[in-house]
Amino acid sequence: MIKDEATIMPAYKPPKARSLLEPHRLFLMAVFAGIFACAVIYMRWDWLPKYQDRLISGIWQTLVLLVTTSFFGFLLAVPLGLVQVTGPRPLKWLANGFCTIIRGTPLLLQLWLLYYGLGSIFAQFPEIRQSFMWPYLRQAWPYGFTALLLSFAAYEGEVMRGAFAGVPRGELEAARAFGMGRFTLFRRIWLPRAIQRSLPVLNGETVLQLKSTPLVATITVVDTYSVISKVRQDTFLTYEPLLLLALIYLVLTGILVAGFRFLENRIPSRGA
Amino acid sequence: MDLSLLALSPPGWGGVLLAGLFSSLQLAIGGYLLGLVIGIGGASGKLYGGPIVRDLLEVYTTLVRAIPELVLILLLYYAGTDLVNQLMHLLGLPSMDISGLAAGIFVIGVVQGAYSTEVLRGAIKSIPAGQVEAARAYGMSPLMTLRRVTLPAMLPHAVPGLSNLWLIATKDTALLAVVGFSELTLVTRQAAGSTKHYMTFFLAAGALYLTVTLVSNVIIGMIEKRSRRGMVREA
Repeated sequence: MIKDEATIMPAYKPPKARSLLEPHRLFLMAVFAGIFACAVIYMRWDWLPKYQDRLISGIWQTLVLLVTTSFFGFLLAVPLGLVQVTGPRPLKWLANGFCTIIRGTPLLLQLWLLYYGLGSIFAQFPEIRQSFMWPYLRQAWPYGFTALLLSFAAYEGEVMRGAFAGVPRGELEAARAFGMGRFTLFRRIWLPRAIQRSLPVLNGETVLQLKSTPLVATITVVDTYSVISKVRQDTFLTYEPLLLLALIYLVLTGILVAGFRFLENRIPSRGA
Repeated sequence: MDLSLLALSPPGWGGVLLAGLFSSLQLAIGGYLLGLVIGIGGASGKLYGGPIVRDLLEVYTTLVRAIPELVLILLLYYAGTDLVNQLMHLLGLPSMDISGLAAGIFVIGVVQGAYSTEVLRGAIKSIPAGQVEAARAYGMSPLMTLRRVTLPAMLPHAVPGLSNLWLIATKDTALLAVVGFSELTLVTRQAAGSTKHYMTFFLAAGALYLTVTLVSNVIIGMIEKRSRRGMVREA
């Protein structure tokens, strides 16, 4: 029934693209520029030069965390998704349980569980304290890295499950008819097609991941957010550092979205 | 693991945890409902509003969705309470203490509002235009059209997105721990810190959050089934 309606009704025509230079937009832009100028002139920014270097290294740290956790998280998400589509029962349950648990609890709690919980347990065992790992396990970033990685893997694993299941059967059958082995089929057809299908969602997930990175500041990892917190403690300013922080994340998100759009446009498609 | 620590009466911390869970749920429900109200207004504004309203709403949703929740919560928490107090000052009233709960609900609501605006806008757009036109032809006022036609007809399309938002709302409440609101995550950390049994308490809190999610999932499944009654199942 829904399909019939769709054929009878005229297709939805998006309104024609509106230019940026319509009068009301010019007016709005002027207003926002005015607000921005007021913020620059009347608020206190004299702390900026002093913290510049630390801020840049903080942003670098944020980006490193984002890129590494997304990359390794994605590597973990592929088997998680695949196992849920074709794997044997126990593996399927295991993967499903993992995704449910991670997606069902707040990231902040997972982070604290790993850092305070696991950290305090590790400290009790002399074997671990004397091992070569201890200098790393004493620091905060391995816990932040692990928590972010697991969270990304769980959310993205769920997406990959849908993407793997959504690759048309005909394509897989065609590959088999060409005599491809299971591994070749996966490498050449199934995985690339699934990634291609999940690219828009992957974009959203990566933006979400960027927005979760400031949480690691609560376990003393020095990222952008914790540099700004330091500024707030030192200067007793409430708004200025936070506004700058918001601006930084806004720019980072913009870059991320533009980058993904570029990737998506490079994939040939038959058009909408 | 020492389970007697989780006993409900005072030497155990179970009661404290449950109280934290209760305030977390209060926050989530309040923030979610406020977000829904903002979302309905925002979606109507984006679809039917004038050009300026549309652009302003676009700025709102883009900003909220691009800035980390943690940063937004800090900004809104301070800015919101500051603003109210300055308003009271202007009106010549004594400044008042804003309860953490009200501020928290406001913050979660504003964040959720941006997301539900997008969900509801998509759902409203998927209603066949003829239904709204028919309502208009019957002489219904815009508000009545919204109440009688648009809202009920868009519900099946909106339920998946909205239920996702509810799950996000329950987890976003944990972020208020950072501004010192004693919801589940913060009381858990306090309990863990004072007894040094970190694992026990964090696992218990995780189980509580997971229970909320799983129970929500069951209820969402029921709502989804009901909202889809009478519709052809998609292949």
